[in-house]
Amino acid sequence: MASSVAARKLLRIARKPWSPSAALSVKRSGSKYFVEAEDPDLCRTGLGGSLFFRLFSSLGASHDSLLHCNYEENAEQRAAFSGATIAYTEDLQFVSKLLPSRIPCFRVLSELGKELGKDVPQLGRTMAQKMYEQMVTLQVLDNVFYNAQRQGRFAFYATCTGEEALNIACAAALNDTDTVFPQYREPGVLLWRGYGLQEFADHCIGNYQGHGKGRQMSIHYGSSKLHYFTISSVLGTQIPHAVGAGYSLKMENEKRCSVTFFGEGAASEGDFHGGVNFAACLEVPVLFICRNNGWAISTPASQQYRGDGIAGRGQAYGVRSIRVDGNDALAVFSAVKAARQLAVDNNEPVLLELMTYRVGHHSTSDDSTKYRDVAEIRHWTEKRDGVARFRNWLESKGWWNKTMEEQFRWYVRAEVIACLAAAEAKNKPPLADLFSDVYDSVPQNLAEQETQVREAVRKCPEVYPTDVPL
Amino acid sequence: MLGAIRSRAGGPHSLLNTILKCKSGLEPAAAAWAIGGRRNASELTVREALNSAIEEEMSADSKVFIIGEEVGEYQGAYKITKGLLQKFGPDRVLDTPITEAGFTGIGVGSAFYGLKPIVEFMTFNFAMQAIDHIINSAAKTHYMSGGKIEVPIVFRGPNGAAAGVAAQHSQCFAAWYGQCPGLKVLAPYNAEDARGLLKAAIRDPDPVVFLENELMYGESFTVSDEVLDPSFTLPIGKAKIERQGTDLTITAFSKMVGTCLKAAEELAKEGINAEVINLRSIRPLDRETINASVRKTSRLLTVEEGWPQHGVGAEICASVVERSFEYLDAPVERICGADVPMPYAANLERLAVPQLEDIVRAAKRVCYRATEQRAAA
Repeated sequence: MASSVAARKLLRIARKPWSPSAALSVKRSGSKYFVEAEDPDLCRTGLGGSLFFRLFSSLGASHDSLLHCNYEENAEQRAAFSGATIAYTEDLQFVSKLLPSRIPCFRVLSELGKELGKDVPQLGRTMAQKMYEQMVTLQVLDNVFYNAQRQGRFAFYATCTGEEALNIACAAALNDTDTVFPQYREPGVLLWRGYGLQEFADHCIGNYQGHGKGRQMSIHYGSSKLHYFTISSVLGTQIPHAVGAGYSLKMENEKRCSVTFFGEGAASEGDFHGGVNFAACLEVPVLFICRNNGWAISTPASQQYRGDGIAGRGQAYGVRSIRVDGNDALAVFSAVKAARQLAVDNNEPVLLELMTYRVGHHSTSDDSTKYRDVAEIRHWTEKRDGVARFRNWLESKGWWNKTMEEQFRWYVRAEVIACLAAAEAKNKPPLADLFSDVYDSVPQNLAEQETQVREAVRKCPEVYPTDVPL
Repeated sequence: MLGAIRSRAGGPHSLLNTILKCKSGLEPAAAAWAIGGRRNASELTVREALNSAIEEEMSADSKVFIIGEEVGEYQGAYKITKGLLQKFGPDRVLDTPITEAGFTGIGVGSAFYGLKPIVEFMTFNFAMQAIDHIINSAAKTHYMSGGKIEVPIVFRGPNGAAAGVAAQHSQCFAAWYGQCPGLKVLAPYNAEDARGLLKAAIRDPDPVVFLENELMYGESFTVSDEVLDPSFTLPIGKAKIERQGTDLTITAFSKMVGTCLKAAEELAKEGINAEVINLRSIRPLDRETINASVRKTSRLLTVEEGWPQHGVGAEICASVVERSFEYLDAPVERICGADVPMPYAANLERLAVPQLEDIVRAAKRVCYRATEQRAAA
């Protein structure tokens, strides 16, 4: 490279956090300056690498200077260890606990719904309206079902209040055939893909038409048709599952992505570490979407971790990461769409941390006013609701108004209540469903037991419970 | 002439070749080639049996793959997966970082999606770090999803006591996994068991826990041509009567089968004709075979290396008492490992695991031939 000015300019650009080759050095040899990368491969590969290469070339760097990694001359200054070539330092310095500033949070809408910046996605009216209607549907569904549980109509419920915008925006940005491994606060993805209100009701009531033949707890939905894997209560297990499924997708070479959702609390599980580390090593197209909603039952995020949240862990595993305002539906939509493209194009994992707030209680078994300020809940409900923010944006485009709002909410509420009533009127699962599906085919001992039960019922029908169809 | 037909009709695995082999009783040179060639084609070690089973199933079905620590470059911690990386490549033989929970979860996830993983644990002791995925993610999923999600996965590795590896490398997990509905649990003894049961396990649509034994890997057994055939499988859930007898029934699985057979020879010298049953399958347990045998002999002795409380023997005793009580001439008896974590010192380890003498002594007690008190548990 001819001029030291150009070399130093290049270095300033190269040292930006987003650059793949932040670790560079400038060497002078006679009148020439060489910019050397410790690991020349960093400069060559990936999206960042190729941009970097072009930048170098445009500033007059010679091909040699880019790819030359002068081991002999610098043998004293760096050494090849198994896994990486690392520069030495003679300063006893610890890397600090946190970077000077935390990873910033990407947003494109202000709290009042005003567009900001240049990366606002261009959604058409139909798409935007559909997204909003689904958010409202989710809100109403949660509200009715929560109250139904309080009335004793089914055993358990957990809402996603405060995270409806996040749910729908993620769902809208994914392809419908991407496989989803949820935690339990993402029913919006199912709703978006076509799981009906009646199906939600049938499942929670536990009638014969519910998913899982009456074996799954309420809210543990699943649908193989909609590529949404059945929710498992054990936290964090879905993370390595998603990586395994992503590995299968990669082998099929179908340009589909595997996606997993988890809370900031579940990200403390050992499975998070194993799954993310692995996905990077195996080069799997998977999105790790963390809903950081501030609370894990009664544990606030400040007690959950000491690092820079979940996004801050990505780079440690060699995974591209981003932090997004989870209550900004447009920002979430953009980020997830871009992440998906990266994952599928490069067969690599991407980590997204969506910052949001769990407005509702953890579940119907929880009263969150016992461990947090009611004022805090009210603040998020009234001032920072993602659905309201999206509505404001929609109204500013002239695509929604107060009348439509009232009518739609009234209509959805009536629908949900009707579905719930219909679900309760249906039969419960039959006796056979107790014994089937333990294995691929019914084992002999269970077949014998079912025969014995039916024989006993035949002999004493008056003792048999009336709500178990034969 | 037959040789000419054979070479024209196709390779060593062709149907014609198999028919010709059977009909004329010719030397199964083809089988020797398939398994990598040894001096005597019908001698097979348990290690070779497992290796050939995995290799044949991976060749037959491209969805089968193997994942675990050291399974690839290192050729397997116990060399069970020797040669597989070279033959099938890194897409089908995955070396993993050290995270049992991670790679088991990933294996289960890929099975959810339709692949057929074989997850290797260096020992089943380490599988405890992944046991949540084995039970909650694999065993229960078919049921909980209403039959919509299948989990065609095999978890395999050495189980039970080895030699001088102490408490955290010696636990027998047959009883733990055997308790769980949704799992199938197999415990091979010899090379025939290893080949047939592993092939059946890989082909099975349900999750299977396959409990091998480190000390058996190097043991060599004579096997028939039928066992060497690539289509050979054994049925899951059927025990095998290794030795016919009339005076008492001894049940065992894995390495203890060998010890019981030796014990039976000792007992025969004293006029006790023992029937030895090789369970092969812990879940489903072959209660029919066990009970039919006890109804014939009227006496039961169960043998296992694992701990006594809630062990495999406890379940067998309960089954026999429930179904064949009137046929019993003596109380049922269990021989188990000592109720302690496995010690390291060689003398203590010997005392903690059932030995030949213990089985012989117990058999005599069950036959009312001796008056010594049994050793306290």
